[in-house]
Amino acid sequence: MHMASNKKYWKSEAELSPNDSIVEKLRQNEFPEEIPVDTFLGDKEQLGSSQTSRRDFLKYVGFSTAAASLAACEGPVRKSIPYVMQPERIVPGVANYYASTIADGFDFASILVKTREGRPIKIESNKQAGVLGGTNARVQASVLSLYDSTRLQGPRGADGDVEWDTLDAAVRARLSGMQGSGKKAVLLTQTYASPSTARLIAQFQEAFPGTEHVTYDAISEEAALAAYAAKYGERALADYDFSKAELIVSFGADILGDWQGGGYDSGYARGRVPKNGVMSRHIQFEATMSLSGANADKRVPLSPAGQKVALAHLYARLNGSSTSGELPEAAARALDSVVSAIGAKHGKAVVVSGLDDADAQAVVLAINEMLGSEAFDPAAPRYVRQGNQQAVAQLLADMQAGRVGALIMDGVNPAYTLPNAAAFAEAMTSVDLTVAFSTNWNETTELCNFTAAASHYLESWGDTQIKKGHYGLTQPVIRQLFDTRQLQQSLLSWMGSEQSWYDYINETWTAGILAGGDWNQALHDGVYVPGAMAMSDPEVASAPGADKENTAAANASDALSVPAIAEAVRRLAGASESGMSLVLYAKTGMGDGRQASNPWLQEFPDPITRVTWDNYVTVSKKDAGDLGLVNEHVANGGLDGSYVNLTVGGVTLSQVPVIIQPGQAEGTLGLALGYGKKVGMKSEMQTGVNAFGLYQDFSRQQTASIEKAAGMHEFASIQLHNTLMGRGDIIKETTLEIFNTEDAAHWNPVPQVSLNHQEVPATTVDLWDSFDRSIGHHFNMSIDLNACTGCGACVIACHAENNVPVVGKLEMRRSRDMHWLRIDRYYSSEETFAADNNKKDEFSGALESKSGFEEMEDAAANPQVAFQPVMCQHCNHAPCETVCPVAATIHSRQGHNQMAYNRCVGTRYCANNCPYKVRRFNWFLYSDNDEFDYNMNNDLGKMVLNPDVVVRSRGVMEKCSWCIQLTQKAILDAKREGRPVTDDEFQTACSNACNSGAIVFGDINDPESAVSKLKADARMYHLLEHVGTQPNVFYQVKVRNTNEA
Amino acid sequence: MKKVQNRQPFIAITGFCLVVSLLLSPTLSAQDQATEPAATQEAADGGAGSPCGPGDPVKGKQLFNQNCAACHALDRKMTGPALGGVATRLTEQEGLDCEWIYAWVKNSPGVIASGDAYGNRIYGEYSQAAMTPFPTLSNQDINDILAYAEAPPPAPVAAATPAAGAPAAGTSQGISNELILGALALVFALLVMMLFLVNRTLRRIAEANGVLTEKEKAAKGVPLWKAFAQNQFLVLVTSIFLLLAGAYFAYSWMMQIGVDQGYMPVQPIHYSHKVHAGDNGIDCKYCHSSARVSKTSGIPALNVCMNCHKSIYEYKGNPEGPSAEDLAKGYTNEFYTGEIKKLYAAVGWDEQNQQYTGDSKPVEWVRIHNLPDFAYFNHAQHVSVGKIECQTCHGPVQEMEVMYQYSPLTMGWCVNCHRTTNVQMEGNAYYEKIHEELAKKYGVEKVTAAQMGGLECGKCHY
Repeated sequence: MHMASNKKYWKSEAELSPNDSIVEKLRQNEFPEEIPVDTFLGDKEQLGSSQTSRRDFLKYVGFSTAAASLAACEGPVRKSIPYVMQPERIVPGVANYYASTIADGFDFASILVKTREGRPIKIESNKQAGVLGGTNARVQASVLSLYDSTRLQGPRGADGDVEWDTLDAAVRARLSGMQGSGKKAVLLTQTYASPSTARLIAQFQEAFPGTEHVTYDAISEEAALAAYAAKYGERALADYDFSKAELIVSFGADILGDWQGGGYDSGYARGRVPKNGVMSRHIQFEATMSLSGANADKRVPLSPAGQKVALAHLYARLNGSSTSGELPEAAARALDSVVSAIGAKHGKAVVVSGLDDADAQAVVLAINEMLGSEAFDPAAPRYVRQGNQQAVAQLLADMQAGRVGALIMDGVNPAYTLPNAAAFAEAMTSVDLTVAFSTNWNETTELCNFTAAASHYLESWGDTQIKKGHYGLTQPVIRQLFDTRQLQQSLLSWMGSEQSWYDYINETWTAGILAGGDWNQALHDGVYVPGAMAMSDPEVASAPGADKENTAAANASDALSVPAIAEAVRRLAGASESGMSLVLYAKTGMGDGRQASNPWLQEFPDPITRVTWDNYVTVSKKDAGDLGLVNEHVANGGLDGSYVNLTVGGVTLSQVPVIIQPGQAEGTLGLALGYGKKVGMKSEMQTGVNAFGLYQDFSRQQTASIEKAAGMHEFASIQLHNTLMGRGDIIKETTLEIFNTEDAAHWNPVPQVSLNHQEVPATTVDLWDSFDRSIGHHFNMSIDLNACTGCGACVIACHAENNVPVVGKLEMRRSRDMHWLRIDRYYSSEETFAADNNKKDEFSGALESKSGFEEMEDAAANPQVAFQPVMCQHCNHAPCETVCPVAATIHSRQGHNQMAYNRCVGTRYCANNCPYKVRRFNWFLYSDNDEFDYNMNNDLGKMVLNPDVVVRSRGVMEKCSWCIQLTQKAILDAKREGRPVTDDEFQTACSNACNSGAIVFGDINDPESAVSKLKADARMYHLLEHVGTQPNVFYQVKVRNTNEA
Repeated sequence: MKKVQNRQPFIAITGFCLVVSLLLSPTLSAQDQATEPAATQEAADGGAGSPCGPGDPVKGKQLFNQNCAACHALDRKMTGPALGGVATRLTEQEGLDCEWIYAWVKNSPGVIASGDAYGNRIYGEYSQAAMTPFPTLSNQDINDILAYAEAPPPAPVAAATPAAGAPAAGTSQGISNELILGALALVFALLVMMLFLVNRTLRRIAEANGVLTEKEKAAKGVPLWKAFAQNQFLVLVTSIFLLLAGAYFAYSWMMQIGVDQGYMPVQPIHYSHKVHAGDNGIDCKYCHSSARVSKTSGIPALNVCMNCHKSIYEYKGNPEGPSAEDLAKGYTNEFYTGEIKKLYAAVGWDEQNQQYTGDSKPVEWVRIHNLPDFAYFNHAQHVSVGKIECQTCHGPVQEMEVMYQYSPLTMGWCVNCHRTTNVQMEGNAYYEKIHEELAKKYGVEKVTAAQMGGLECGKCHY
């Protein structure tokens, strides 16, 4: 006892020294450093002179607390302000739809705009349109760009805001003052594909002689345009209908992405669903894993130079000749099978290429012509890319030489998108007057004398000819939100015309395009295809009568160009590369970056890498190993990646994060354009690196050198696990051969469970009694894994329809994404998923399965890929419902699993118990919160919210509602009109947005509905069927056409 | 000393009573005078006419009201020009004859088509809206109307008299009522005071006489509260009871938070549903037309008001005449007419020239029925499909001078109705299949909204 009390405890060694001043100080002062009381109390002097005593202070606190609580008892007084004069067609609470067309220079599509009380809230596909009637993720998201709080609100001069009159006067003075001075005016614009704009610019050039018009696409299709022009005499893009192709061979063409303007996915998907045992076969030669490669039956990783050689070989072998050039063995074998398959299919085959090489494009056209491909339509080409890079280069030279007196730009941002942006910026100072039409402040407007605030396309008039003979109209669906104007209206005004741009379009159409058709009907439909067009216009050759003549002409040009083609093939065969090949591409979410300040698109997960808020360089696993680059999962659950410096032709892009991409061809790199924008953007939106600097000579295939840089990049990837680990019951798949020859029980077995020591089908075992759902509607959803291309249009459609909040990069990294609908992407660990399943089944013993599973975590060098959209499965026996302590999630007789937000107390038990992980928790208040400064934090951005769906608050669980507001509306409309609901009326946002027809929604109590038939299909299966949740969402087994040689 | 002291209040009471009776008597007599029926003036009659010949202005008035009043007034422009002294004006100033007037009334489009100068001028002036032809009117009928237009019988004055008299009566009635009540209260207070004084006097007498009161007797035993405090069982039971009662009242009080039943805010324009839906019998859905097709019933746009109020520029009272109660609140004809002028100001209507100035000022109505954002309610479902009367939820709107929230609008209230209301399946083809299956499977003919899934959370919360 005594001994113990003598024991001395010390906290640090210093205490042992009795004379240590620090020890003494610490002993006396609890806080060794002086606490900055004055700093947080504010001005000390003022505080001292204050009359407020402590007691008074407490009185104030008490009084304000009491006042606040009393005030809280009073409900707020809400005002309702009706129209003074109600517009005829607007009924508050009822949505109006208008047909329009988006033509922003990168995306072209016929759309329907849903408006509520006069404000557009959603973009939908115009299913009446024959061409480009589908909306992709960017088009779906474009409605939010209308409500971008960083939009320009009026014209600006060098020293701030100006009036339009000032701008007009300056431009007019310059244009007229330039006549005879030797200088010229130049219009540098996006691709319009607009007949009226073309006519207007021609008139403008007459009014101001010497004016030049240069069309500039940020991401150019120069090679394809030049090849088409050389063969068919017009700068346009050959059109393809992939639904008519039984064999698709692609050399680096991302036909499901933005290849040649995009929009090919719906035709492609139509041929991918096995009908009567037949589906198309798709072989993809590519370097970087693209959506098309991921969907292909056979994907051959091959560098761009290899693709050129392969294309040369293909032409030669189809032509019966031979050519030089060496191919890797795998590619050579694949080419052999392509050649024999083409031999079998002939006219049912089509060959496409995404190589920015005029030779390659010319050879592709020649091959398709040679095959007589049915999917190939050179007679009625597309006009969605018109950019002329020689003209852009010439413009730059002219500007540098001081030959340009006025530069008027619209829909372009050359100071950001040009590879030699710095030179352009420099040259702009030699131009007397620079004016840029833009919706946002950007790198180019910053350098201009005047910035003309441009109207968003939803506020504009316009017309398009997307494809020859297929016209579209753009109509405003809301009055200009700000003091903005279109270029066309300005051109009219500068020409001294009193005409409005609308009248001008009307005039163009009445005089030429309509040919007796009804303007109002065309405006109502949004699209117009002149019936008698071919008869009236001898140039158009799509009519049967003109076909013969045209073929003859084409043959003639063929005959002339055979030596030219042979030359091209020889050049292709000689292609080689030194160092790494860099492939630049446009991301599904970001495109060319013109909507970079759109938070929906920033948060949109890339379909392949599942990374949000970033671009990055993709490298193959082998190259990463050689260079010492890593991707690693860190303790907080995030994904980190190394940095590299990339150099192309002397231009270095430093600190580019790295993603190790399965399927990336060795020796190649991939990097997305459209990121790294800074000027005029909120800091949250300034993501990624600007790859346009590497886009030299407007070629997406570059030779680059790469070196590792210091540091690790924090990614916000929402899917960290890449493989299925052999769990074949999540994505069921088979080959066409097995599908055609075997019984469904073989390739789509029902999982067995043990009941009373007997193996029985899981579907027969049930813990619960079922309700009778046979009366009224019982909704089901079918998702066809064959048709789903993974494009993600549904993800954005869901965002828009259901007021899904944007949470930002940091929260995404913490896996707190709020997307109600995700598209899982899985890689196979072996060559195929089937091999994965076999491997797992053959594990014997715990040790082997442990090491085996560890091996299976890694994706193969060239894996098979599968996409699986997963939203709430609306289980009939939902595990989430039984665990909710407050019964906030319950089941409806129509098959919905419903979520009552106002009842939820946020235990998150439901999310834990959900086997599909589709529930999303509101960790924060995402609206009106400066920490989440996205569209829901400002009045303008909130205009996009759907008034029929509540904005959820902090602390509640949310999830897919199957758009119950839409089904309820369809039912109510039918009830009001006293008629049964038709099958196509039942839609969810995702099923409506799905261009490929993969998502089908409907009532299974209606035996005639599409979804009833799909439920009876042999390919139908439920996700995790053995769990016994009885979901109302079902999937269709993926069938791969890999059996054919 | 004591006795003198005690006598003083009695004097005071007598004095008060005198004053009160004096005050009351003149009021009562004034009331009698006011309620006497005011003498009605007889309309001047006979010998009336217009430049077009003699006519009967009484008959003319009747015809005018039947045929013309929708578009014309005598003293102001409406859809058509003012008709006061029209015959004199046309014949003397415009140089037209009576035959022209007859032709115009019977077939104005014909006159316009014939290229008549004045006809076309008028046609252009009044936004090219041709007057409805009245071929059934005889020349004599037209003469009657013209006679009325020349010298309208002073009927409006006669009609105005009772209207003017009534408010006076109503006002005095209101005042006297208050006075009577005040006097009664005063008398009652005096009685209480008297009782108290009597009681005190008696007690003093008793004290003086040494009589022991009951209370003092009780004070000598154990006081009641002490006895209560000593009985622990009773204390326990009482405290449990008090706690439960407290909890009950606290719960009830808290449950009414946010329930605004009876909420009756003052609106920027005193719009009387009683006058419109009650007295004039306008269908609710004439103004609230979007209730048929939309989730909102829609506060009508001002142009809907102007459909009628272009021609109804003043309030002339309801058919039964204003009730005393209304008048007591100041709802006089002038008051209502003033509210119509507020409408004109808001919508930007120039009464003089019968046109919109474009200078409008939207009306900021105070919203009465506020459902929280998380509750979805659709009017069309209930009104068009369920065929529920508006009054079922909104109460007797046709009797509401000022609109208020009639129902609690709580979830319990919704749910109760869904439990008891049958779905309107008859004659709706949407329900045909459902009805057939129900009958076949369960043998039921009718189902409530709840049985059709009307209690599911997701039907109203999404």
